[in-house]
Order: sequence, then structure tokens, then C-alpha cells
Amino acid sequence: MSSPAREPWLQALDRRDATWWIDRVCRGGVFVGGMSAILFLTAIFLFIATQGLDFAWHRLSLGQLLTGQRWEPTVEPPEYGALPLIAGTAWITAVAMLVAVPLSFGAAIYIGEFARGRQREWLKILIELLAAIPSVVWGVIGLQVMKPVIQQLFDVQVGLNVLNAGIILGLMAAPIITTIAEDALKAVPDTYREAAEALGATRWQIVRKVVLPHARPGLSAAILLGIGRAFGETIAVLMASGHRLMIPDSIFDSAATITATIAAELGEAAVGSDHYQVLFVLGLLLFGITFAINLTADWIVRGRRGHG
Amino acid sequence: MVTGATTRSLVTVRGLSVRYGNHVALQGVDLDVNENEIFGVIGPANGGKTSFLRALNRMDDFVPHMRVDGEVTFAGRDVRTIRNLYALRRHIGVVFPLPVGLPLSIYDNVALSPRLSGTRKRAQLDEIVERCLRRAALWDEVKDRLDGLGSLLSGGQQQRLTIARALSQDPELLLLDEFSIAVDPVTTMRIEEVLKELRQELTIVLVTNLVQQARRLADRTAFFLDGRCVEIAATDALFGGGARDQRTVDYLEGRFG
Repeated sequence: MSSPAREPWLQALDRRDATWWIDRVCRGGVFVGGMSAILFLTAIFLFIATQGLDFAWHRLSLGQLLTGQRWEPTVEPPEYGALPLIAGTAWITAVAMLVAVPLSFGAAIYIGEFARGRQREWLKILIELLAAIPSVVWGVIGLQVMKPVIQQLFDVQVGLNVLNAGIILGLMAAPIITTIAEDALKAVPDTYREAAEALGATRWQIVRKVVLPHARPGLSAAILLGIGRAFGETIAVLMASGHRLMIPDSIFDSAATITATIAAELGEAAVGSDHYQVLFVLGLLLFGITFAINLTADWIVRGRRGHG
Repeated sequence: MVTGATTRSLVTVRGLSVRYGNHVALQGVDLDVNENEIFGVIGPANGGKTSFLRALNRMDDFVPHMRVDGEVTFAGRDVRTIRNLYALRRHIGVVFPLPVGLPLSIYDNVALSPRLSGTRKRAQLDEIVERCLRRAALWDEVKDRLDGLGSLLSGGQQQRLTIARALSQDPELLLLDEFSIAVDPVTTMRIEEVLKELRQELTIVLVTNLVQQARRLADRTAFFLDGRCVEIAATDALFGGGARDQRTVDYLEGRFG
């Protein structure tokens, strides 16, 4: 109006050129990718829910499931008390974290703060390789290596127990915790380290006073994701835990986890039977717990970031 | 005002307000930026200077909770109705306070924008890279290592690289936001010389916290305080004792800010 189109470039302001359209198309593409996660999650949840919900709704008391101490689905009358499984899962996961957290935080701090150059690169590659070992191999290690070692070292009858499964699970979860913890350390700006160095802080003092406090949300998230990893593991824990359907009293008792029970029993339960359905209810329980863990991890990272 | 008969305004701003959530950063700003002038914006921190720049090339799209009200036109066009926002940004070069050497080679930093808009010929790119680096007073220091990473240059060099990159867009309007914060005085002077020459070809909005820099460079200067544009005047008049508002006088004499 006040200035009519004076130059050719002015017309470009309204011309949607190729790059504009490519931007649009790619936006659409990645949107589909992002939404597919929601789609799959909903579909899986619905599948599990519909398989188990009818039974859970009409014939199962939730109180009995969560507090019942006997899991005897094949006995007449059947008992669906999942407390032994929940307790077994909790025990084994706890032991796993006791093993994994010190190991992987140590590894992450060494790689992130002390190791230099080629050594650092090699360590990172090796840790990633550790994560690539199939879980059945870990199960065999529990069965063949850890079992006799535990029997001799602690002079106990049963070598397949909470301790065995916990150690195996801890070693399995360690790489993921290490990787995420190291990322959290790496995200601490070098300027912080330099500022502390200039004050005469030792390397370890820098780690303690500057790096770890700043990385704490990331480190918490690393632990929670490790817990999630340990929680969901099935085959290795089935092989190493002894799979005894009772509440363990000590780490030298055999135990069973929710995941291992589903894996062991689903094949034998008649499709649609009460037993079959209650296993899906267990799956739903597992789904809920891992969901809660992941949400918490996310919340910790995000919430802290919000406060700067 | 130095309004001659041939003066045309490249940017007009009417009733511009910028809000971040409940915080009002800028309120009721009216001003024109003329073609081929250096328009200085001075004022203490938190006066809304940077928000003003962000509103010009619609950077609010990147900032959550940022709301822009009022009318901003660029070359006679309301920036909100422009259908190709990216084309708008390609015509407006921006230099941020802290240098941003992209993690590309020095050459690729400067060639990025021409490549984004479709220039492929090596000879043409070579020419643009050399011209822009020369203009930003960086060529002599980097001509033998154009393959080196731009992000590894020193702070002052990175800022000149940033300016070269902005020039490679061949912009109509160049927005400089306190560009000399990370640059040594000698380099600052060299860049200022370049800016004076650039006035022949393009329009510059120079936000600066150095009052004397505005005095040296700007044709007209606006004084921003607490989110309002207190006064706009020809720089000579403003510094020659012609400031009408007492707050401007106080600021120019260093009594606050």
C-alpha cells in the first residue's frame, strides 16, 4: 500500500518454494512417526487389557491378587495370590540395583571425568558391547557359573536364588545405567569444571561438588531406567532365580518374578481360561509399574530442568 | 528527523507490544526504520531492545509464551501475513550478542545460507565466501584454513564469522544485537567501518549497550527504557544536547543504567 512491490525479492515472501513444501512434507512424516508411538502403546495396552479384563472384572478380587500369598493357578480350587511374584520381583530388582548402581556410576564417572583419549573410547565401546549380550547368555552364566560360585562361597544348598538373579540382572542393567549416567555427566558444561579447577579443586572435588550435583536429575533418571530394565527382564531371571513361587526370606532363597511366571505359564494355560486371563492381568500390572517408573524418570529430568 | 523527500521506510512499527507470559517486555512502540540508514537502539538492560529485534523477523515462533501484538511491516508487508516465513528470514540477517560459530567449517558457515537458498556452483560460493569474510574483516586471518571448524575460532573471530554469515544471506535488513560484547576494541572498530560502508546497500538496526557506538554509527537513535520507546531523534541532535526527555539526558550522561 504505502510501498508497492518494489523488488523481485518481495514476491518471494509469499511464494511457497520447494524448500517450504519439503519442510511441510517432512513435518508430516515425523509427525506420523511421533504419533505411531502413541498408537502402538494404546494398541498393546488394549490387547493386554481385553485379554485379561473380563476375568479381572468379574471373578478376581484385586485385593486377593495383590496380597494373596499362594500362587497356585493349576490346583483345584485355584489360588491367584501374586504377592510371591511381586515380592520376588522387588527383591531381585533391589539386589540388581545394589550391584548395578555403584558399578555403573563408577564406570560413568571414570569414563566421563578421568579416562582420556583412546582409553575412554575403548571403554565406551566395550560397555555398549556388554549391553548387546543376549539375555539367554546371561541366563546360562547364572546357571553354569554363578550357581556353583554362590554355593561354595556362601556354603548354601541352592545356588539359583535371589542373589544369583540379582547379580545377573544388575550386570545386565549396568550398561544402560552407565550410558545414561555418562550422558548426564557430559551435559555438565566444561566451564563449570574450569571454574572449579581455577579455585584449586582436585578432580574428585570437582566431581563431588560441581559435576554430580548438576547431573543429579540425569543420574536419577539413569537409575530409574535401569530399574525398568531389570523389572522387565524375563528369560535370564527365569534361569537364574530358581523360579520358586514363594515369598523369599533371604537373598539365598529361590524366588519367582512376574515376568518369569508369565513366560513359564502362558504356554501351558488354555487360551481364554481363568489362568490364561490372570497372566494377562499380571502383564497389566507389569505394564502399570514400568509406566510409572518411566514417567517418574521423565518427571525428575523435566522438573529439575524447569528450575534451571 | 532527517526525513528527506527520497526517504522510504523499510520497517514500520505501530503499537508494538511483546509479552512473555505475564511479563510485559515492550509496550506501545511506534517507529520507522528508513532504507539505508543505521538505526541505533540504546537503553539499559531489560529495556526491551532484544524483544524489539525478535518481533521484527518473527522469532516469536521459537520462543514459548512470547506474544507479539501490534503491527510490524517489512518493505510494506505486515510480517504476520507473509506466507513464507523462511523467505522473510532470509532477507533479514541477525547477529546475536554471543557469537554462534556453527559446528561446520569456516567455509561452510558462510556458504550455508546461499546453499539453503539453492546456490550450488562452487565458483559462485567461493566468491560469496571470500567477499563476506573480507567484509567482516576476517578473511586475512582465516583464508589459509577455510576447512577448519568455525566453532573453534576465538570469540572475536566467531563474531566476525557470524557477521560474514549474516551478510552471505544478502539481506535487506541487518539486525545487530550488541554485537561487540565478545569482540576486542580493535576488531570492533574494524567492524564499525564495515557497517558504515554497508549502509550503501542495506539497512541496519543496531542494538547496543555502548552509547558511544550508537553515536559513532547511527543516523537516528531510539532510547528504550522499561519496555517503552522514550525518544527517537537524529543521533547528532540527540547527542548534541537536543534530547527532549530528561530520562534520555540522564542516560546519555551516564547517570543511570
